Order: sequence, then structure tokens, then C-alpha cells
Amino acid sequence: MKGMTLIVKQVTKLVIGFILLYSAYIILYGHLSPGGGFVGGVMLACGFILLVLAYGKDFVNSMISDESLKGWDCFGALAFLVLALIGYALGGYFAENFLSKGENYHLISGGFIPIANIAIGIKVGACMAGAFVGLTIFHLSKDTSSESHML
Amino acid sequence: MVILWILIAFMILAAIVAVEAKGLLSTVISVGAAGLILSVIFMMLGAPDLAITQVVVEVLCLVLLIRAAVMREDSTLESPPNRFVIAIGLIGCGILLTSVYFAFQSMNGFGQPLMHLADQYLQNGLEKTGAANYVMAVLLDFRAYDTIGEATVIFGSIIGVYAILRKIGKYKHEGNDLNR
Repeated sequence: MKGMTLIVKQVTKLVIGFILLYSAYIILYGHLSPGGGFVGGVMLACGFILLVLAYGKDFVNSMISDESLKGWDCFGALAFLVLALIGYALGGYFAENFLSKGENYHLISGGFIPIANIAIGIKVGACMAGAFVGLTIFHLSKDTSSESHML
Repeated sequence: MVILWILIAFMILAAIVAVEAKGLLSTVISVGAAGLILSVIFMMLGAPDLAITQVVVEVLCLVLLIRAAVMREDSTLESPPNRFVIAIGLIGCGILLTSVYFAFQSMNGFGQPLMHLADQYLQNGLEKTGAANYVMAVLLDFRAYDTIGEATVIFGSIIGVYAILRKIGKYKHEGNDLNR
């Protein structure tokens, strides 16, 4: 669980900000340009995976724990569902776009599409990162004698 | 169009290499090459959303495959080729390709879909939803119900991952002798 070499750590330190910034851009501008919640969320998860691989599990665990990943996953899914249900309550049918359309080609436009994109981004990012943690790290938790060199 | 055929040929080559390669790492690299070519093809056909999704998900899946499968243990599989299985596979592929050929004869040309619902989306998408990206207009406004279903599918599968690969109960301790 001690991470990779110094070179990988330095490159990660340089690159991780841009990765997270670009994923935020992809999520927020999903209704104006190619992209959207799913892609941005997967990019968030890729940044998380890069941090875990370069710096080790313990460093990342001090910022985001496994339990909070599950929590963010549930939060994103529930936020999307609540958004659709609010449309049902206000507009009359499920997932009605209840907010005003706004001005075309501006950031605040498209009704609830940007908010739903943010919810999907959080949900997909948390669940992909959680899948990575589950597939690669959970099995190392007990017998670290033979496999600890991998992380 | 010639470039498209060249790219498709390269993709088929990468897929064959992925199947026939001995080591798991070469297989994963060949799958990555095929996925990258697929994203380039999406980009050439005018689907940037799909191209971005393909690249990003491909990278994530490759990292997962390398970390979870390749680096864990050397599981190269050595099995003699079974002639009967190969013959059955070839006959099945032949039947599939023949039926696909005759099915595609009755379809419209490339870019002229059978359903005309998409025309409505393209004409009225901007004024009805306010989203300039029509993919998002369809995904989160016209077809938001479907998107909620897809989010539910991902949610359920991740719950399955957490349930199977959890820490608690995986290893033997007091009061838990069913697991290894």
C-alpha cells in the first residue's frame, strides 16, 4: 500500500488537477458540448484511480474513505430520482423538465438537465471508484504478505 | 471511406491478436488498441459523445483489467484446439453473417433511419429543452425515464460488487466458518 516511485508521484501531482478540472468541465457543460454526467463521472473515477495507484490506498483513504464512496453513490442516485419526482409533483408527469429553459447556448439553460448531469456525475464517479476499490484492494486487506508489493 | 475500411481492418486484426495472444497483458493491450480505433471511427462518423465515452470507459476498463486480472497471478491458459468446437463456431458465424447480409439488404442506406422520431428530436430539441447538445436533450429530457433506468442498473450492479467483494466475512474468523 505504499504507492509507486517518485517519478509517478510527481507526474500525478502535476496532472491530477487538470484531470479533475476537465471532468468538472465535461459534467457542467454537458448540455452545451459533447460530454455529460456519465463521461465526467468516469473521468472523476479515473483521477481517483490514478491517485490510488500512485500514492497508495492510505493517502487517498485520508481524503475519501470507502464508506463515503458508497454514500456519494447513493446520494447521486437519490438526487436524480428526487429531481424526477419533483417534476412529477410540479409538472404532472415523471421527469418533467420543471425549471425554466433559460437562454439558449448559455451555461444556465436547459432546465434541470445540468443538475441531473451533476447528480449522474457524482453517482457514476463514486460507483466506478468503488468498483475499482472492491476489485483490487479489498482482497489485500488481510493477507498482505504475498501481494503487498502490488500496491 | 477508405480510411474507415482500413481502421475496421485494423480493429479486426487487434481483436484476433487479443484472442490468440499467449499472455494476458498482450491481450489487454490488443483490446485497448481495438477500443481506441473504435473511438476514432465514432469520431469520423460524427459522434463525439460516443467517442469520448468510448475512450474514457476503455481506459477505466483497461486499468481495472490490468490491476484486477493481469497483475494478480499468471493465468495463461494452455488448451489444445478442439476441432469440433472450432467447426461449430465457424458454422455459426457463417449462418450469422449470411442472415445479417440478407437482413441488411432490406434496410435503408447509411444515415437514413427507418424511424422518423429522431427527426422530431432534431427539429424541436433546442426550443423544447433549451439544451444545445441534442444527445443530452434526448438523454435527460425526452428519454429521462430511460436514463433513470440505466442509473438504476449501474447502481444495482455496484451494490452487487460491494456485496460480493466486501471485506467483512470474506476471511475466516470467530463465528464465521463458512467462508474461506
